[in-house]
Amino acid sequence: MVTTMKSDVEMELTLVPDVSGLLHEQSERSKRIKMSASDVKVFYGETQALHGVSMEIMENEVISFIGPSGCGKSTFLRCLNRMNDTIEGARVEGRIILDDQNIYDTALDVVQLRAQVGMVFQKPNPFPKSIFENIAYGARLHGLAEKKADLADIVESSLRRAGLWSEVKGRLDQPGTGLSGGQQQRLCIARAIAVNPEVILMDEPCSALDPIATSVIEELIDELKRNFTIIIVTHNMQQAARVSDRTAFFHLGDLIELEKTADIFTNPKNKRTEDYITGRFG
Amino acid sequence: MSTDINQKRPRIADQVSASLRRRHARERRFRLLGLVATLLGLTFVAILFANIFIKGIPAFWQASITLDIYFDPAIVSIPPEPVREAKESDSDFRQRRVSWENEVGMVNFNRLIQNALTAKIAEAADYPRDAARIVTSGERLALRDLVIKNPGIVGETRQMHLLTDANIDVWLKGNIDRNLPDEQQQLSARVRDWADQLYADGIIKMRFSTGLFTNPDSRSSLASAGLRGAFMGSLYMMLVVIALSIPLGVAAAVYLEEFAPRNRMTDIIEVNINNLAAVPSIIFGLLGAAVFINYFKLPLSASVVGGLVLTLMTMPTVIIATRAALKTIPPSIRQAALGIGASPTQAVFHHVLPLAVPGILTGSIIGIAQALGETAPLLLIGMNAFVASVPASPFDQSNALPVQIYLWQGNELRNFFEGRTAAAIVVLLALMLFLNGLAIWLRKRFETRW
Ligand SMILES: Nc1ncnc2c1ncn2[C@@H]1O[C@H](COP(=O)(O)OP(=O)(O)OP(=O)(O)O)[C@@H](O)[C@H]1O
Ligand SMILES: [Mg+2]
Repeated sequence: MVTTMKSDVEMELTLVPDVSGLLHEQSERSKRIKMSASDVKVFYGETQALHGVSMEIMENEVISFIGPSGCGKSTFLRCLNRMNDTIEGARVEGRIILDDQNIYDTALDVVQLRAQVGMVFQKPNPFPKSIFENIAYGARLHGLAEKKADLADIVESSLRRAGLWSEVKGRLDQPGTGLSGGQQQRLCIARAIAVNPEVILMDEPCSALDPIATSVIEELIDELKRNFTIIIVTHNMQQAARVSDRTAFFHLGDLIELEKTADIFTNPKNKRTEDYITGRFG
Repeated sequence: MSTDINQKRPRIADQVSASLRRRHARERRFRLLGLVATLLGLTFVAILFANIFIKGIPAFWQASITLDIYFDPAIVSIPPEPVREAKESDSDFRQRRVSWENEVGMVNFNRLIQNALTAKIAEAADYPRDAARIVTSGERLALRDLVIKNPGIVGETRQMHLLTDANIDVWLKGNIDRNLPDEQQQLSARVRDWADQLYADGIIKMRFSTGLFTNPDSRSSLASAGLRGAFMGSLYMMLVVIALSIPLGVAAAVYLEEFAPRNRMTDIIEVNINNLAAVPSIIFGLLGAAVFINYFKLPLSASVVGGLVLTLMTMPTVIIATRAALKTIPPSIRQAALGIGASPTQAVFHHVLPLAVPGILTGSIIGIAQALGETAPLLLIGMNAFVASVPASPFDQSNALPVQIYLWQGNELRNFFEGRTAAAIVVLLALMLFLNGLAIWLRKRFETRW
């Protein structure tokens, strides 16, 4: 499965540039809705962290969430793969649809949801196991590899796509926790894509990284969006501008504005968005 | 303004150096205090160990006499060893064998010993009463066992090392005042002279006492009293404790820590587990007597009951240690596992629990070592009874090492059992040290760094 995807990438790369641009626009038009949230409210005990957020997330787009600290970006992100379930006292209202299914439906198994909607955390959190095991764990868990060789294939292609292969191929049996911070974060991205999810959630994935490691991950995001829908929380406005197709601005638990990235940075409609982007608060 | 303030204030360097001496003095005082406390603790441990070892180590060597035993056919007149016949059933043969063994047991083996002794001390023939005091009475069984194992020995002479009477051991080791008048001595003047002579001739020697490890307790032949029964009893108890307290304790802790909702109910449970760990051990003994013996009708003095009682005592320790170990695992590990679609149970069993293993083992083994040394609750379930056999199963009557120490400590033949007790303590301490060493080794072995 993974190998065919790789050849897809290669095929696209061989296309003549202007034709690929044309194709790109066509696919833009034919994009369909991947996830849609309507009136999502989140409570932590008595305090309300989100006051009814609605948005639609398109297939294969990169969408970034920006906004001042504590405005609910992470909270909303965690709603999308139900990681809020694991927080004591958290309560979610509203509807979130993935493809055609309400993910808060009791009939839906959260394990399946999380296989479809992967997550990369702010702080790199590899398992204290070997690099190989870190990647193989999810694949084995979901029965994606029948033979040992398949598993090795998945590990290799995931590491390749995360741009980590050349750095670690000689030491797959060494602990993932022994890598540098940026490598660990790419390892976590590789771990997330190894189970071949449809959507990847990233909560400030570069906040602990230096500019070089950051640009590696940004290139990676650009690469990954061919196959995945990516939702990224960031405090770095340039990063949002660089990597995302659309940008959502959150403030005090509300979604204020969601526009094409170019529009929101050059021509914000809302006063608060403008103030935040121009650095007047936040 | 601000420059004004700064001009009025003394330079920071002066200010610091003024207080620096005081700070350093305080630090030195504190370090000295810590050093004194550590040394004090070490001194007490050293005194304790020195005391036990000085008393205990000599007890591992025991006076034993070397005799040439002639298995005189006139005295050992036994029928031939039964041979299995062609059509004989298993049980019939066994029955014949047992009755033959009983017959061997009827032989007057003491006579053989007396005869051998006469060869060393001619006088002994004239004073059979005194001669019987030299070798401890239990050794005739060693002769019997030899004949049962090898009936062909009859008619031959064998050199054997036999334990002397406990009083001779005491006398030769100088553990009794040699100037006490005759009527206060345990041995007659003649026996004392003989013992001194045999010791001088090298016929009686201090030999390493294997009987201390291979024999059960004894009251008829004090010199052969050993730790085997108590050791096996303690071993069975520890097996029961390990088999029950670790799985139950870890399961309870994992449930409480990882799965149980946080509410009033779990708060109450938590408080009560902590209380349980603080309950005096003797109360667990009372509970064990009431529940396991009176209600479930488990046998009195059996190590399985002791093991159950000690399990009750150890489980809270295991639960607390496990919960503490689980708490140290960073939540990011759980999130990582959940984030790629592991179920909560998988996240715990694949990632969290394995990482907590070193902590769990350390806590549990220390709990078990504590249980190994526990005495009070065992007294209440009858494990202080005198048991002269080695338990073959956890359901047999048995002692335990700490109870054996308690029993020996109270024996009337103090001069002999003081050393015996210290030797038993040495064995118990060695076991404890072994368990603690194991805990450290396991922790090092399974430790993961991240
Ligand atoms: N586990 C929690 N328990 C209680 N309140 C929480 C919890 N997590 C978040 N909150 C509250 O919810 C609100 C939104 O938090 P959230 O973490 O979503 O903000 P954020 O936009 O991600 O901020 P940042 O940019 O600093 O990460 C905040 O007021 C926060 O205090
Ligand atoms: Mg956040």
